[in-house]
Amino acid sequence: MSDDQTPPQDDTEIYSHAEATNVVAPSGHEGEVLGEEKAHAYWRANIALVVKLLAVWFLASFGAGVIFGPALDQFHLFGFKLGFWFAQQGSIYIFVALIFIYVWRMKKLDAQFGLDDAPEEGAVK
Amino acid sequence: MSVQFLTYLFVGITFSLYIGIAIWSRAGTTKEFYVAGGGVPPLLNGMATAADWMSAASFLSMAGIIAFMGRDGMVYLMGWTGGYVLLALLLAPYLRKFGEFTVPDFIGERYYSKTARVVAVVCLIFVSFTYVAGQMRGVGIVFSQFLNIEITYGVMVGMGVVFIYAVLGGMKGITYTQVAQYCVLIFAFLVPAIFISILMTGNPVPQLGFGSELSDGSGMYLLDKLDNVLVDLGFAEYTAGQKSTIDVFAITAALMVGTAGLPHVIVRFFTVPKVSDARLSAGYALVFIALLYTTAPAVAAFARANFVSEIHNSQYTEVPEWFHSWEDVGLLAWSDKNGDGVIQYGPGNAFEPAKPKFTDARGAHGERLLANGATSSANEVYVDRDIMVLANPEIARLPNWVIALVAAGGLAAALSTAAGLLLVISTSVSHDLMRKTFMPGITDKQELLYARIAAAVAIVIAGLFGIFPPAFVAQVVAFAFGLAAASFFPAILMGIFYKRMNREGAIAGMVSGLCFTFFYIVWFKFVSPETNSANHWLFGISPEGIGAVGMVLNFVVAFTVARFTLPPPDHVQDLVDDIRIPTGARVAHKH
Repeated sequence: MSDDQTPPQDDTEIYSHAEATNVVAPSGHEGEVLGEEKAHAYWRANIALVVKLLAVWFLASFGAGVIFGPALDQFHLFGFKLGFWFAQQGSIYIFVALIFIYVWRMKKLDAQFGLDDAPEEGAVK
Repeated sequence: MSVQFLTYLFVGITFSLYIGIAIWSRAGTTKEFYVAGGGVPPLLNGMATAADWMSAASFLSMAGIIAFMGRDGMVYLMGWTGGYVLLALLLAPYLRKFGEFTVPDFIGERYYSKTARVVAVVCLIFVSFTYVAGQMRGVGIVFSQFLNIEITYGVMVGMGVVFIYAVLGGMKGITYTQVAQYCVLIFAFLVPAIFISILMTGNPVPQLGFGSELSDGSGMYLLDKLDNVLVDLGFAEYTAGQKSTIDVFAITAALMVGTAGLPHVIVRFFTVPKVSDARLSAGYALVFIALLYTTAPAVAAFARANFVSEIHNSQYTEVPEWFHSWEDVGLLAWSDKNGDGVIQYGPGNAFEPAKPKFTDARGAHGERLLANGATSSANEVYVDRDIMVLANPEIARLPNWVIALVAAGGLAAALSTAAGLLLVISTSVSHDLMRKTFMPGITDKQELLYARIAAAVAIVIAGLFGIFPPAFVAQVVAFAFGLAAASFFPAILMGIFYKRMNREGAIAGMVSGLCFTFFYIVWFKFVSPETNSANHWLFGISPEGIGAVGMVLNFVVAFTVARFTLPPPDHVQDLVDDIRIPTGARVAHKH
């Protein structure tokens, strides 16, 4: 990428690195400076989302598959005992769904905070 | 056309494809060599990650292992997919934002310490070599079984191909060959699975056929029938678990966390252009992985049901042809213990020792005679678990080209994983040891040369492991996941989510997690294997699952030590602030 040598655009940009040659990453939103408060709000929203999704992750795998698996076996889904289905099939489908929900919600969150890594800046050939 | 001719043809075509891609995608800079220039589209990176991740073991052995474990096979199914949720939500986007080349890079910079970097390099090399040895062996086995080439030559051909595209193309070459390899391996896995599903249940989707009624007119669900048949033979129910809940919990956790902490997987997310691409590409990767991982348990159940119904209580001379051909290869063995000419199959080892030692002679019915002693069990059959995938096409009476396809798929799975592992080994040597630790003055060109030399040396060592497999290879797979879970995952996670974590805490945590896990596994696998049973294990957790405890120990030690030592310097705290913000993620830059 050609912008390796781009000088820091703004001294207040939150970035520094052990080595001085490492330049500030240019923001996708020219001139915008992310205040500390805003950065914290973004981070808190991010954590809240991740905690919710990981709770589902835990319930689908360790919950339905392992701990409550035998209890769920009394229910049936077609020819599957339900606990068995979660253990060998359902948990995997839920994992896939969780990642895509995360991608979608983070995209919204990034946009809300003006932090989406815009294609005109990030696109690399 | 004969199976052998078709196999040569398919393997030849796929190998030429891989080499062609390698020549087209030569790497010219370290950035290209390490992270493919950081320009891999998320969808392609997802495919490459899936191929990187799914090894010879996933392709050839996993369905067979599940077929014999039944429900407990869930530890692999959930463990090796659930880790991607952790990777996508907790690691990949932030490491992409960090924008360096290797996992030790992150550990070294975040914990402002060469010691931490070197500890990470040592773990990485150990974990990756453990893993790669099995891949090269897998290459050799496919060659010997499908092409009648000696394992030694098979491994050498595999080494040659990996050499060409890994040394020439680095990450760039590996990425695009992995995309091709994913297509080959998933096609090769799904085709026989779909046919078998149609054959047994009439449903073309294995994931649904698995829960459907059998098409034999009995109106019974496949899984119910399988449970009944196995219980009649004296086995446990297929859909009931045998392992203790705590052990299943620990193994699943160790595999999940270990997956998220494996350097050759993490580094794939350094190759996409943006932070949002890293998230998306983890999603694609799991879709591509789930295609195989949701099919494998179906294949396992089909294969087990089929195997029992075709073999048990059948006259040896009348069993389907595949039984004889796999007996010739040595993956099946039968000894007519009660002299009735009929095969009896049941629980327990048929022979002593369990693995058959064939003599050259043939018995009364044409079976291969064994030098093994008989056990008191009524079981007369030895089955190698790998047969469940290998013999599937024949069991389902599929045409020869499908069998050839499975061979090409197995090779694709083994080579793609081997290449990914060899790359992280060479990168950590040239970048982390040479450039960042011992020879800081070298130029980009010199570093690239060292990376190529390191890749070549790593391939030769991996090949030697494949030709002369150390007896312990199968025993130490638990190491790779356990050590990754106990070392990398907590160190990276705290590096991102806990700004106060400092050098002292991270190093103390990694070292204690590693040592605990390492010695626990060594104790039960090597020092005192006779005590390797639930009543001797700590909390009833097997060596396979102990990485989960090692991880907890790592966290506890790290937090405790960090509380009593100085916080990290300002520039490191700023670095943490920076990686938490997705904008400005750039191509991994030179230093």
